[in-house]
This record gives sequence, structure tokens and C-alpha cells, in this order.
Amino acid sequence: MTHVEDSPTPGKVDLPSLERSYHDFRSVLSTLLSIGTGVATVIACIPLFSVLIMLIWRGGARLSWQLFTELPPTAFEDGGGFGNAIVGTLVMVGIAALLSVPFGILAAVCLAEFGPDSRLAAAARFCAKTLTGLPSILAGVFAYAAVVLVTGTYSAPAGGVALALLMLPTVLLTAEEAMKMVPVRMKEAAVGMGATPTQVVWRVVLPTALPGILTGVMLAVARAAGETAPLLFTALFSNYWLIHDGEVALMQPTASLAVLIFNFSGMPFENQIEMAWAAAFILVLLVFVVNITGQLFSRRQI
Amino acid sequence: MASTASEPEHTARSTRDRTPTAPISRPPSGLDLFIDRVFRGLTFAFAGLTVALVLYIVVEIGGNAAPAIRKYGLSFITSGTWNVNKGEFGVLPEIWGTFYSSLLALLLGGFFGVSIAIFLTQDFLPRKLEVLFKNIVELLAAIPSVVYGLWGIFVVIPAGRPLADWLHQHFGWIPLFGTSLSGPGMLPAALVLTIMILPTVSAISRDALGSVPPKLKEAAFGMGATRWEAILRVILPTASTGIFGALMLGFGRALGETMALAMLVGNSNQLSVSLFSPANTLAALLALNFPEADKRQEQVLMYAAVILLTITLLVNICGAAVLKRTTAHLSGGGK
Repeated sequence: MTHVEDSPTPGKVDLPSLERSYHDFRSVLSTLLSIGTGVATVIACIPLFSVLIMLIWRGGARLSWQLFTELPPTAFEDGGGFGNAIVGTLVMVGIAALLSVPFGILAAVCLAEFGPDSRLAAAARFCAKTLTGLPSILAGVFAYAAVVLVTGTYSAPAGGVALALLMLPTVLLTAEEAMKMVPVRMKEAAVGMGATPTQVVWRVVLPTALPGILTGVMLAVARAAGETAPLLFTALFSNYWLIHDGEVALMQPTASLAVLIFNFSGMPFENQIEMAWAAAFILVLLVFVVNITGQLFSRRQI
Repeated sequence: MASTASEPEHTARSTRDRTPTAPISRPPSGLDLFIDRVFRGLTFAFAGLTVALVLYIVVEIGGNAAPAIRKYGLSFITSGTWNVNKGEFGVLPEIWGTFYSSLLALLLGGFFGVSIAIFLTQDFLPRKLEVLFKNIVELLAAIPSVVYGLWGIFVVIPAGRPLADWLHQHFGWIPLFGTSLSGPGMLPAALVLTIMILPTVSAISRDALGSVPPKLKEAAFGMGATRWEAILRVILPTASTGIFGALMLGFGRALGETMALAMLVGNSNQLSVSLFSPANTLAALLALNFPEADKRQEQVLMYAAVILLTITLLVNICGAAVLKRTTAHLSGGGK
């Protein structure tokens, strides 16, 4: 108040300058912090490019048709491929999807449509969120105890069960979110035309929410395809094809790309290490393709 | 649903109700109602199964661990020996390694994750660049952890060794740099772990920062705050619970991460503060020993799995609870 009285022209308030000097300590600090976060963001992008460059450089170098058609090489053998691991990964992810997608979507229908505020739904939602944080190795331990110990053998279905456990929460929670996005007007219109809640779900909610649900499924598949830890002691590994003498034998140790990368990365042989990089290249390619397909589904929604 | 099979029933029903029926809208037939009840029951059953599944996991792992829990009791957590021949087992070094590696990752990942979140929400960049950077950081999450492990072995360890040796030679008296990096070790493992939790931390922090009402920032600017005074004194405190939740979930993810650690941490049963010495974690212990375990060792490993399950569940539930409170608090305060 005092400086108003002291000002030479009475009645004119002496406003502080609204322009801040660039040399002011506060401005300099602000600029420095801005630059700092920018640099941090750029640094965080380096690993991604480093991984991608290494994959293309070391993995891409080994790419050939052989990789898809031949079996993994033994210790001092040259050449070879990992066709059986690609088949194994696809089969196990397929089993996992067959188990987790219907399970997840049916539970999500209950959570989103039939009893969103029920106690059961709250408990299921909580459990699904808890499962999201389940370490993947524990999914493997569970599948080992529940499937391998019961059936007495390492097998593709055991690996599939472990992967399904990891896919379930993603499928369930994204499907619930997608169904909640369906406008209430559409559901009410269907009810007004005499549809039962089940018909509303099948004819209105599911078709409308389909893109969102598919995005969730694709994200879950992409995650499952890259998982290694749950397969280490459920599917184990195998140097042979799943098909023996024209018969599909699922109940036996099964190869997968991820476990192949893990096994070969620790070997002292140059050929195996090159194969690990090539397998990593193909695995990342597979995961990215599935991931991007999923993103495209959700884009179409808008 | 205008099938011929349900036709008689539907006409009977509509004459009784004396309502005119058009082919489009009609009350549901008995069959429709039956299907409806079955389907509804089915969805509730699957929601119940989700709950049952979590219980089943706990019971199955706990049940298999029970003999080992009874035999070793609490000494399993406090002892550091792992001798298969003598039948002595303890996971203290693994518990230490799990927390140490995760805390290191949280420290680095938290710093970078929150920096990225600030950089991508506070209008530093044009909208398109923001989306581009957001997608790049999210792609980090799509790369399988075994690929990060491979990358760690052939890129991070060779690249980090000169720096680690220099630090050890000149600052060896600091316990952190007490040993030299001879290959796999805590530092490369923690670095790769940092990269793996970065997308989680930055994505959830970005949501928290994005949900701060813009009028708070505008008010701060109106009072003459610089951009960073507004961020540090107004926006970050408002979003702090959300960021804390993000850090908790990132920590939970780091605790349970397996493959990158199994490949990089060195699988050595020792307690050390040094960043460069090999160590072990609970998840890596399970991954590396389970495939060759005999019956007795299996029970011991199941016990280790129970400990890991307890730790990660507690951290994750806390993180989720914190996040839930934030969203409730912010949406309540915003209106």
C-alpha cells in the first residue's frame, strides 16, 4: 500500500512489469528444467532404437528360408532353423486364446451389463486387477502345479494354461471398458423393442463393442507371444516337431521362440547366438504386427 | 428372433395380453426368456470363476509349498545358504536382490518416467510430436523381456564395462562401486529393468498429470509463476497421489520381472551393495532352478514362489488402492 502513496502521480498504480527478463534467475531455471526433461525423454527413446537396430543388424543378417523349415542345430552343427519353435509359439498362444478369450468376454459381460454394481462384479474386478500384477513366472509355477504335476508331462497345453492366465485380465478389463462405452440409448432402444437382456448383449452391445474387445485380445496375444518365464518349466523346450509320423502329439515338451532365445543366448557357440538374434527379430516382428493390428481395430472405432 | 418355432407361443402370449404386435417389436417368448436366464447365469458363473481362479492359484502354490514351509519355517527368509546336497535352503540374498534391483529401477525409472510424463503433458511440444513420443515410449512395453535380456547381454554389459571399471578404480572405496563388473551383475540388470518399467510409470503419470484441472495451472500463471514454478508447486502436488500410484505399480512390475534378470543378474547367491557384483532375485531363482529341480527342491522353490506372490500382491494392491483414491478425489474436487 505504501508505494501507491509514494508514487509521484497520485491515483496511478505502479504495476509490476508484466514482462519477465530472460536473464532473470527464475526464467533461466525454467528453461533449464524444460531442456532437462526434453533430454530425458530423448534418452528414454535410445534403448528402443538400440534394440531395433541390433535386431535388424544381427537378426536380419541371418534371415533365410531355412530358419522356418529346419530344426534347431545341436552344439557344433552349422545352419539349422527354428520352424518347430514358431509352430510351438503359435500353438500355445492359440490354446491360451481359446481358453482366455471366451472366459474373459463372458465375465466382462457380467461385469459391464448384468451386474455392474453387484458384490460379485466388484470382487471379480478386483481379482482381475490383481491378476494384472501377477508376475509371469508365478503363472508358470501355477501351471506347473496344476497341469504338469497332474498330467505327468511337460506339454503345450500346460504352457497354454500359463499364458491364458496372463491374457485373461487384459481381455476381461478391456472388454468391460469397451462394453461400457456403448451408448445407453442403443441398449434402451433394444429393450423397448422387446429384447431380453441377452438379446441386447448379443445384438447390440457385443457388435458395437467389438473393435474395443478385439484390441484387448490382440494386446493380450502380443504379450503372451513374447512371454518366456511361464513356458520355462511348463512347455520346456524340444528339438523336434510337434507332428510325429503324421500324428499331432500335444502332450510332450514343446519348443517356443522365447525359450529358444533364452536357451541359445547363454550358449558359447556363435551359430546359436546368431540364431537367438534371428529368433528375437522374428518374435519382435510378430509381436509388433499383432500389436499394430490391435491398434488399427481401436482406431476404426472412432 | 422371429423364428417359426417360437411363433405359436408368441401369438398366445400377445392375445392374452391383448396388445397389438408388430413384427419388429414384441414381448420376448418363453424360449427367449429361458435363453436369457441361462446366459445370464453363465456370465455370472464366469465372473465367479475369475475370483475362484485367484483363490485356486494361491491354494495350489501354497499347498505345494506347505511341506517346505513346515520344515524350514521363518529361517528360510533369514538364512542365506543354498546347499542342495545338505538340504539347507534360505532366500535372504534373493529377497535382498529383488528389492535392491527393483528400488534401483524405481529410482531411475521414476525420474525418467515422471520427466517424460511432464514433458508430454505440459504443452512443451506440438500435439503431433507428443503423440509420436508417447507411441515410442509405449512401444518399449511391447518388446518381450527375453529380447531385452539378449540385448542386455550383448549391448549393455559390454558398453557398461569400461565405465564400471573406471568407477571401481577411482571410487572403489564407496561400497556401491566395491567390486568390478566381470560380466552379469546388478547394474546391467537394474538398467534393463528401468527400461521395462518406464512405459508403466510414464503412462500412468501422464494420466494423473492430464487429469489435473487446467484452471489450477491458469491460476498459477495468472499470479506470475513461471512454467516450472506452476509445474513444481501446483501441478505435481495435485497429481502426486496418481504419480505415487504409478511408482507403486512400476515397483510391483519390477519385483516380478523374470527373464531380463535371470539373464543379466548373474545368478549368484550373495548379499552385496555393490552395483557391479552379481546377485540373484526370487523370480530369477525360480526360472533358473525350477526346470532341473527334484521333488524336495520343488517344494522349496514353491515356498520362494509364495514369498514372491505375497510381496507382489501387497505392492500391487497398495498401488491400485492409491490410484483409485486419486481418481475419486480428483473427479470429486473438479466438479
